[in-house]
Amino acid sequence: MDHIAIVGVAQTGYEAKIRNKTNYDLVYEVTKGVLDDAGLSLADIDNIVTVSNDFMDGRTISSMAVGEAAGGHDKNISTVEGDGTFGAFYGAMRVLGGFNTTLVVAHSKGSEGSLKHITNAMFDPVYHRLIGIEAISASAIQANSYMDRFGLSEESFAMVSVKNHQNGFNNPYAHMPLNLTVEDVMKSARIADPLKLLDCSPVSDGAAAIIIANEEYSRRAKTRPVWIKGIAHCVEEYFLGDRDLAVAKSLRQASRKAYEMAGISRPVDSIDVVELYDAFSYMEPLWLEGLGFCEEGRGPGMLKDGITLMSGKLPVNPSGGVLSSHALLVAGLARIIEATLQLRGEAGSRQIPEAKTALAHGINGPCGQSHCVWVLSSEQ
Amino acid sequence: MIKPEKTPILSQKGQIAMPYTWWVGNAGSRFLAALRDDARIIGNSCEECGKVFVPPRKNCGYCYRELTKWVELGNEGTVIAHTVVHFSFSLHPCRTPFAYALIKLDGADVGFMHVVRDHPERLSNNVRVKAIFRDRALRIGHILDIETFEII
Ligand SMILES: [Zn+2]
Repeated sequence: MDHIAIVGVAQTGYEAKIRNKTNYDLVYEVTKGVLDDAGLSLADIDNIVTVSNDFMDGRTISSMAVGEAAGGHDKNISTVEGDGTFGAFYGAMRVLGGFNTTLVVAHSKGSEGSLKHITNAMFDPVYHRLIGIEAISASAIQANSYMDRFGLSEESFAMVSVKNHQNGFNNPYAHMPLNLTVEDVMKSARIADPLKLLDCSPVSDGAAAIIIANEEYSRRAKTRPVWIKGIAHCVEEYFLGDRDLAVAKSLRQASRKAYEMAGISRPVDSIDVVELYDAFSYMEPLWLEGLGFCEEGRGPGMLKDGITLMSGKLPVNPSGGVLSSHALLVAGLARIIEATLQLRGEAGSRQIPEAKTALAHGINGPCGQSHCVWVLSSEQ
Repeated sequence: MIKPEKTPILSQKGQIAMPYTWWVGNAGSRFLAALRDDARIIGNSCEECGKVFVPPRKNCGYCYRELTKWVELGNEGTVIAHTVVHFSFSLHPCRTPFAYALIKLDGADVGFMHVVRDHPERLSNNVRVKAIFRDRALRIGHILDIETFEII
């Protein structure tokens, strides 16, 4: 693969309701921010990928409404409806395909629509939507299946929520840093068993942007480039009943491909920090298994053994993760941004010392139907 | 008069209600008609990998070939995963608490997602459940022609 790099990042703070800024305003803010960060001007950007969802924005072809805010006048602009990691994947492909630079920008305001209605609408309109299923209940079924298969406890998931909400205090962008105990999580309101309120991420408003550049343009940017060493995504069955929900099959395949591209054979030894898509507490251990950091069913053990703590061998979600801030679509791009900041040594009080290789991860579809994996490095 | 920068932020209310008519296709029509007319759950199977699907579909995604063999499944099955729902939501088919369950119907190889309305607290994985159909006059060829699954 040609050498391509992330040369700029920007994100808004994540909040429950950003009342004083429209989607257009959010996109403008992070587009300005990412150009400033990279030390590039709009003239240096030769194509743009916007990431948005029509149901979230409440308008069709939602991408068309933010093209101008993304600096898209007279430029090649394309769009991805899905998590930001997938938008960034498309952006990287465009640089590999001959563009010098791609600006990728994602936005969403969960405060404006009804998330339960929106996620209900991702299911089949004939067989599933009519029984009222939406993202929380579907995820609860997955958590139940995962616990049942491997004999896992709700407390082991609660520990993830405690860790990530605590980590959120080190992230000035986080929506919901919280000081919790396992007991607090266990005693929080039952939502859909085994998920309780504090097992679930909040719904946030926010936006984020990155610039991906080829080797030449990475030298023009003022930032220390973060090199893209391996990227892959993979999708599995659409119907939940067709899938084995206790095993992250498509993540296993995506991570294998990304590691192969990056020349990594033992990820647990090669990767210094992980930012993954923990929309619900149980997802962190399940995705760690899919990422090949441990055997199936052993994900919760990684936290019990302290491995995934800030001070551990493999810190996971030092930013507080998606459990602390969840702007849909934006959250995956935020994982890439957090990984980039770690490798630039600019992650402030959430910095993992001497991080050289980082992994960022995003999901799309119910219960992680598809996964996108990024292996990033501070070294070319 | 120019309003000051600190003017309280206004919002607009709106709603998108969009009518659709989704054609359910040949395989789906046979499935829904069997619910309506016979109170039976039918699926179809792949002649290459042998997998039995429900709801039935046009082709096998694994072997990438058409499914031509139809099978009548049991109206009973085993719960393979479930959740008891405690929050309320206007699209729920009944009042909470109720359960969503993935049910391995007898003779099928995939989970069938539906609801268990009564005694969700008695539900666990591996329990046997059976489909309870609405009265014939109320069945219209709809997934909720099966009113609920009941713990046996
Ligand atoms: Zn087949």
